[in-house]
This record gives sequence, structure tokens and C-alpha cells, in this order.
Amino acid sequence: MTIQVNGSRVSIPDDPRVSLLDLLREHLHLTGTKVGCNQGACGACTILVDGERIISCLALAVQYDGREITTVEGLAKGDTLHPLQAAFVEHDGFQCGYCTPGQICSAIGMAGEIERGIPSHVTEDFGAETIAVSRTEFQERMSGNLCRCGAHNGIIDAISEVYGNDPGALERFALVEEPAE
Amino acid sequence: MIPFTYHRATDAAHALQLAGADAKFLGGGTNLVDLMRETVERPAVLVDVTGVSDRVEEREDGSLLIGAGVKNSTLAAHRAVRTRYPALSRAILAGASAQIRNMATVGGNLLQRTRCTYFYDNEGSRCNKRAPGAGCDAIGGFNRIHAILGASDACVATHPSDMCVALAALDAAVHITGAGGDRRVAMTDFHRLPGEQPDIETVLAPGELITAIELPALGLAAHSTYRKVRDRASYAFALVSVAAALKVTDGRVSDVRLALGGVAHKPWRAAKAEALLKGGPATAEAFRAAAEAELAEARPLNDNGFKIELAARTVTAVLSELAGVDA
Repeated sequence: MTIQVNGSRVSIPDDPRVSLLDLLREHLHLTGTKVGCNQGACGACTILVDGERIISCLALAVQYDGREITTVEGLAKGDTLHPLQAAFVEHDGFQCGYCTPGQICSAIGMAGEIERGIPSHVTEDFGAETIAVSRTEFQERMSGNLCRCGAHNGIIDAISEVYGNDPGALERFALVEEPAE
Repeated sequence: MIPFTYHRATDAAHALQLAGADAKFLGGGTNLVDLMRETVERPAVLVDVTGVSDRVEEREDGSLLIGAGVKNSTLAAHRAVRTRYPALSRAILAGASAQIRNMATVGGNLLQRTRCTYFYDNEGSRCNKRAPGAGCDAIGGFNRIHAILGASDACVATHPSDMCVALAALDAAVHITGAGGDRRVAMTDFHRLPGEQPDIETVLAPGELITAIELPALGLAAHSTYRKVRDRASYAFALVSVAAALKVTDGRVSDVRLALGGVAHKPWRAAKAEALLKGGPATAEAFRAAAEAELAEARPLNDNGFKIELAARTVTAVLSELAGVDA
């Protein structure tokens, strides 16, 4: 059984107790993805699976055979940051930085959901084909990622800059491009 | 986490065959894996059923058949659900976070366990649900989030789901398969009140598997909604929630569905209130009176008396919103 992690094929451990989070950090030494609560309450361990955001702490790796994982390490192209990474720097979207990899992966997954027209708790018109992006939409959709430094305003500023102004940005920056093998 | 064996089922028959006495069925794992890490749950075998049924079928009679393996996020975004059963979409989207909804399955949502902190506190607290006969530390403890309706001396926990509250209101049914064959149970009969056996939470027999949820064709469901009252604006469990569908004709309630969440060991279908409302005036006063009748048997604990008034106000507000009258 294997999965792709940032474009590289890796084996899934025999012990079914290993979470995706532990596989990434302890087996592959990809420590960008962080352990926060380890019980699904904080979002620090958010990663992308086939472009969809999930929390890796409660995901048993054995359930993800054949899937493609993207972590924060897979976002930049060489020395060029993903636009959202650059925007987090620009807008002080963090202080200690511990929640940041999860915030960024989560926001990229969120952009894909908005692009696909998926409503949220604050969306008023459920019949609409497209979602009108707004600060309120971003805040609701990012509520699964906690920041104990209280950088939420900077985080929403960064997300708004990348996904809030340019209608084409959702499509361009939502799903990560296929990394080279 | 205690070691276990993992199997992946290809279909329902295969799942039943793989599952022995010490097995649990695994969906997205968002609740079960957490409980296993806390050793509250200790299955020897996990049978992964996420691949068993992950389709939403629109049937000719207007009903929807939702596979138990459908992700919460997929169901909430489904166009037929959004337009014909908006209370269900809104309930799902009010629950958990986007990441968790992308993992969690419909079947798993029905079988999630209470978030009573004493239930989770494996080493420090007594809990009849976790260890039958041990006692309940929630009753004399900090019980702000606990039940006001249908509780017992053995257990005052609440069912944590939002989705199930909407399903209970909208006349959904649960499709089940097992060694004894297939059966169909009304959503309102699927979960149990705690009584003397709070460890038994549903009518599922050992080894039985949920295969699908059926949503019947229900015209008034297109005019339905869900409101959740909680300690913060997002990503928190309900203190009180209300799912309702309403049809008003010439100022009178011609049909209504109403269910409450966060108040009982199961999604609470408000049958008394519905009976009072039907045929009566669609006014805030009538909505309030029906809510009070439903809550007449509510019993507060030390810390949760506020839920009775909160539930009455939330019911009144939701029905008033649907009726287009001032609350």
C-alpha cells in the first residue's frame, strides 16, 4: 500500500494505528505539519488529500491508500512561495507560526470549495451556483483552524488579498499543481 | 491506542462477513479514532465501510437515498438537498469544521458518541455510558451542556449531532442490514433515551450495519431551516438547536415538522408542539405556546436551566422566520 506525499510515493506502515500526521512527521520527517490537540479540535494538522482539506491527526493512514497528499512543504515552487504563503508574510498572518501550515493548507482547500460552489453556514442563498466571497464567508470557513496568538485578522487579510479580489484567483490558486515525480 | 486489525469492506455483505463480535465499523474516524486513542472505545477489529455506499440516489418517487458512506460535506453541497431539504444542508454546515465534514460519513454521524466530558474522562470520572453501573458524575457535576428532556438517573448526556436533528424533523428513515436481513427504522426511533442502559444508544443489534438514509419526498421541506445556538459563532456543539419545516395557508399552519437538538439523549422530535400547531394561527404567540407545551416536562440540572427558555425562544424565532412574522 502506498500514497503520494508532495509527489513522492511512500509506503503506508503495517501498523494500522499510525495516523497520517504521525506518518508525515515521525516516519517521513516532514515536520511542517504540526501536532496541536491531536483530537480534531484545532486544525493545526490540516493537510490536503486530492486537493481536499482534512485533519491528519484523526486520519488513519491505512484508509488513504492510493491518495495524493499535499503538505505545506509541497506548496512553494523552489524559492518562490505560494501566493498565500507570501500574503501571510505580508499581512502578519501569524506570530509564533505554529498554526500557520494548517491555516495555509486549510485556506487552499477552502478556495477549492468556494470555486466548486459549496455553501457554508453563513451563505444566505443555497440555490445560487456561485458563492459571493466576503470576509464573513472566509471567517466562517476558516473556523476549524485556531490561532492562540490571535492573528486571525491578519490571516483573513492574507486570504482576502489572494482570494477576495481577483475572481480568477480561486481557480488559479485553489488546487496545488501536480508536483513533479 | 490498543492494537487492532484493520479490514476494508468492498460491499455490505463483505462488511458483515468481516465484522465479528469485537469489531466496529469505521467511517471517517473523526469520532471513533479519537475515542480509541482515549481508550474509551477498544475494538479488536475495525471494518472500514467508507467504500460501501457513497452515492446519493435521486429516486423516481421524489425521495433521496443517501449512502451511509457519503461524506457530510458532499451531502450538504448536494443540489437536491440544498434546494429541497435546506434544513439538512444548514444543519450539516453548522456542525464541526470544513476539514472534519470532508472526512466524516453520514453513517458515522448517526453513531457518534456524546461529548459529555465525564464520558471522555476515562481515568477520572464515573460514567454509566462508558462503564455500566459505575454511576454518573455529570448529574452532580458541571452539567451546563447536558439534557433537559428524556434524561434518567443513570445518564444526562446529549446526542451531539446537528445533522440528525434535521433528519428527525424531515421524516428520514435509516436503512439497516444484518445477519437477520434488511430493515428500515424511522430516524425518530433509531436513537434511544438513556433509561437504565445509557450504553445502548441506538436500536442497532450487534453486528448490524447502517447502509443508507432515506429522505422521503416532502414538499414542505423546501421551506425548512436549522438554527444552532452555541457558545461561539462557529465550530462548537449546540447548546440548543432547532430544525423546522413550515407550511402556512391563509395565516394558519397547514403542516409543520419540528425537532430540537442539544436537549436530549437523542434528536428530539417535538410531536406535542406539532400537534398543537397544526391548524392553528401562524403567529409568534402560538409558536411560543407550542414550544412551552413541548418543554413542559423539561427538567433542569444545576447548570442548564437556561436551556429551557433558550429552547422556547429559539423555536419561536425559527418558526416566526419561516412564517415571515415578527418573533
